[in-house]
Amino acid sequence: MAELTAVVGIGQTKYQSKHLDHSMPSLVRVAAEKALADADCTWADIDAVILGKAPDMFEGVMMPELWLNDAIGGAYKPMLRVHTAGSVGGSTGIVAASMVQSGIHERVLCVAFEKQSESNATWALSISMPFSLASVAGAGGYFAPLVRGYMRRSGAPEDTGIRVAVKDRQNALKNPLAHLQLEDISFDMVANSPMLWDPIRYLETCPSSDGACAMVMESEALASKRSNKVAWIHATEMRSEPTQFSGRDQVMPQATLDNSKALYKKAGITNPRKELDCAEIYVPFSWFEPMWMEGMRIAPINEGWKMTYEGATALDGDFPVNMSGGVLSSNPIGASGLIRFAEAARQVRGIADAHQVDGAKKALGHAYGGGSQYFSTWIVSSEKP
Amino acid sequence: MSDDKNDPVEIFRGHVELDYQYTAGVSASRFLRAVEQGKFLGQKCPVDGRVYFPSRGSCPMHAVPFGDDSTVELPDKGTVVTYSIVRVPSENIPLELPYITVQVLIDGADTALGHVLDANLDDVRMGMRVQAKWKPKSEWTTSMANIEYFVPIDEPDADYETYKEHI
Repeated sequence: MAELTAVVGIGQTKYQSKHLDHSMPSLVRVAAEKALADADCTWADIDAVILGKAPDMFEGVMMPELWLNDAIGGAYKPMLRVHTAGSVGGSTGIVAASMVQSGIHERVLCVAFEKQSESNATWALSISMPFSLASVAGAGGYFAPLVRGYMRRSGAPEDTGIRVAVKDRQNALKNPLAHLQLEDISFDMVANSPMLWDPIRYLETCPSSDGACAMVMESEALASKRSNKVAWIHATEMRSEPTQFSGRDQVMPQATLDNSKALYKKAGITNPRKELDCAEIYVPFSWFEPMWMEGMRIAPINEGWKMTYEGATALDGDFPVNMSGGVLSSNPIGASGLIRFAEAARQVRGIADAHQVDGAKKALGHAYGGGSQYFSTWIVSSEKP
Repeated sequence: MSDDKNDPVEIFRGHVELDYQYTAGVSASRFLRAVEQGKFLGQKCPVDGRVYFPSRGSCPMHAVPFGDDSTVELPDKGTVVTYSIVRVPSENIPLELPYITVQVLIDGADTALGHVLDANLDDVRMGMRVQAKWKPKSEWTTSMANIEYFVPIDEPDADYETYKEHI
């Protein structure tokens, strides 16, 4: 039986298009210091450090964990780098938790970041390979055909994606850390924004952000002594599958269905829609909200769009999703998964301020990456299991 | 990013270059040599008989190598299983905007191929039948860029049921 582990500190930078006020080391440092302050700890209290970020090619700095080790307090301590494409933030949280769950460490710090202003993600994701024809333009070019596949098989109304985009940006207005703050966001504004990768519109995509997120996690023995609320980790799960094999369902990959099934089994959950109070789901293109509602077994297959349509996923709905504004409002890629995990923890600690879901006790954090092939998830609660 | 030469430099654009030597490998080389001759080669999995195109040497599902006798020649016709109309420029992509990216299921193959389609934007649809438009023979090399693009052909659309598992 693994050691019970809790999130006791959370730190985030403001997410914005350019952090000219921070180098990469100072960006991760700011998030880490905020997490330490929230946990009422000093650098000396940390046993090990875990760093996560998306492909090194983005910023062109290879193995940045070596360069950033001093900034995240890793000198003379065990330090580990995590990399699982877009899901890396989630995986970073899970790896950090495993360091405590396994009994190896008592208290660990994890940090994830991206500095998109110093990188060109679309370029890095549109690599011209020898002997082939380069035609896939960035992540949007990759995912647009899959979104079309989902629309065809589910029969979802064409404005489903627009509704998700409006809802997440409205939520972002309640989160001062969110990058996009679109005061006049409306259905028409999204609907009239240019088609970039048909059927994905400009305002149905995530922004490019700079930012970092950090968390402190500790053992039950330490966390139980705290007087403030902590987030107990009930279950974590990671699943992946190859990018291409015959019969692969790219719209609803087996890995996401296996991931959600295993996660709920570990957490003792039989009806996720009823037993979870809210979720932070990795939605970089609006249509992935209904798709992952199905992948996470919160909605039946081909019916995820109904939750969006009925308002269930709104902040005042019966199953709020992306209360913080989500990836659609802030996307420092490598950090985006860890932000989902951290925001789930903020909800159950009751410290999510204006985007708090009243009385949230159990929340889901979710990240995915690659060609819809890497999945990282966790469930946190205000109560011990 | 400042107009005043006395302000500190906050960010500047640099250029980094890396040269790679890329080796295609046995299976991809056989495939590319065939493409150089204007032919499509797939490989059949010895376990479930599914045909991988382009051929790739081994089966990711069953973790078995595709033997030399697994090669099958395929036509250059197929079905559009899904698509996108791209209106975003990317430095690495020399195509004129807008252009149509398609996933084409070549007849007889069990994996879809990503390429581009030359068609009226309003006509493109899932199930559309298409064929490769090859560059002039004198320009053929060991590259999938030998196919300039796919073009629609005058055949009835494929039934959704026949290609839906390849999206």
